Amino acid sequence: MALSADSFAFVADLVRRRSAIQLAVGKEYLVESRLLALARELGMPDVDSYVNAVRVGGKESDHVRVVEALTTNETSWFRDSAPFSALQSYIVPELIAARGLTARLNVWSAACSTGQEPYSIAMTLADCLPSGASAEILATDLSEQVLTRAREGRYSQLEVNRGLPASMLVRHLSRRGAEWQVSQELRRLVTFRQHNLLDPPPAAGPFDVVYLRNVLIYFDIETKRAILERLRRVMKPDGILVLGAAETTIGVDDAWARVPVGAGSVYRPTRPLPANVRAATVPQPRIAPHSPVLSRGAH
Amino acid sequence: MRALVIDDSRTMRRIVAGTLHDLGFETVQAEDGRAALDVLESGIDVELCCIDWNMPVMDGLEFVGRVRANPAWRHITLMMITTESEQGQIVRALAAGAHEYLIKPFTADAVRGKLDLLGLVPVKETA
Repeated sequence: MALSADSFAFVADLVRRRSAIQLAVGKEYLVESRLLALARELGMPDVDSYVNAVRVGGKESDHVRVVEALTTNETSWFRDSAPFSALQSYIVPELIAARGLTARLNVWSAACSTGQEPYSIAMTLADCLPSGASAEILATDLSEQVLTRAREGRYSQLEVNRGLPASMLVRHLSRRGAEWQVSQELRRLVTFRQHNLLDPPPAAGPFDVVYLRNVLIYFDIETKRAILERLRRVMKPDGILVLGAAETTIGVDDAWARVPVGAGSVYRPTRPLPANVRAATVPQPRIAPHSPVLSRGAH
Repeated sequence: MRALVIDDSRTMRRIVAGTLHDLGFETVQAEDGRAALDVLESGIDVELCCIDWNMPVMDGLEFVGRVRANPAWRHITLMMITTESEQGQIVRALAAGAHEYLIKPFTADAVRGKLDLLGLVPVKETA
């Protein structure tokens, strides 16, 4: 049975309240494809039956699973490549010139999914940081499920085929049976924490570099603006923001300068907000106070 | 752009060639390393070779070494596409001169990602 309008409305409302992500009418296919595995796992004949069961008798944990299934982004190593070549050609040289050869760069990879992005950042930094400089990477995601996988750093053969240069594979990962695992050295550079972009930013800032890719596209303009304003508050005044290829600050929050780098762009705050000035509050959806998705953030 | 697909399995050649064709490549095929060298020696210009490892007559690793030894073929990008998945084998192939290494089974998306890394940006969108 196809997904009914009621079921879609229930899922869209749940996802909007928990993550502020908008599932517009027309995204029924996305709900069906993302929830099919959960429905099958419980022996339900189709997605509509599963959604009905969650709606009528679902526990908090069922709601969390639905939200996680709909908000987990597809990811791969060095996805789009330009954001990583920018790290090497522009971001690191700029920041090292400003901070000196022994700088310690503080990087935030937001919405990191199963970890390929922060590990790709770590591999690139291993290649291009001057020997006296160092970096730490905070990687966050809404979903505890993906973070558990990310922390282990274990990937299937199909996953390591996707965008990871062979030279990086043999240098930074080792075979573990049918899987590959990221080296302990690289895993030590990355700290994984649960975080919802609607919550106050992680206390680990201020950040020199923030990667927030393919996330803003899911939000409405007010939420995008509020998230960008908050980012300015947790970034160093000369910090650098990397967005997804289809995303921009232009027309959303005019306090950023776009800097073309190679095939893409990065953004720098033109009006940084001091940390003690309260930025506009992110519009808060109605949130159940006990929601583990929103309250378990480790700040 | 033209690619040479080298694999002793006709089915695998068809899969790889089909994927490359969808990405905008013209393709030529060869069933082992020796036949592939014949193609290159005949003067057919290719930008990319996709090379299986285990083949009769001449295996993929030897083919890579032969291509790298000839300065006239320096511009050719070499990508292994093989079921061999041991770390040591990947290291050997890269040391012999392969630019990339893709492990079977693979998806069209994985081929596209590797070509992107190699700067062989496909001219035709698949989506």
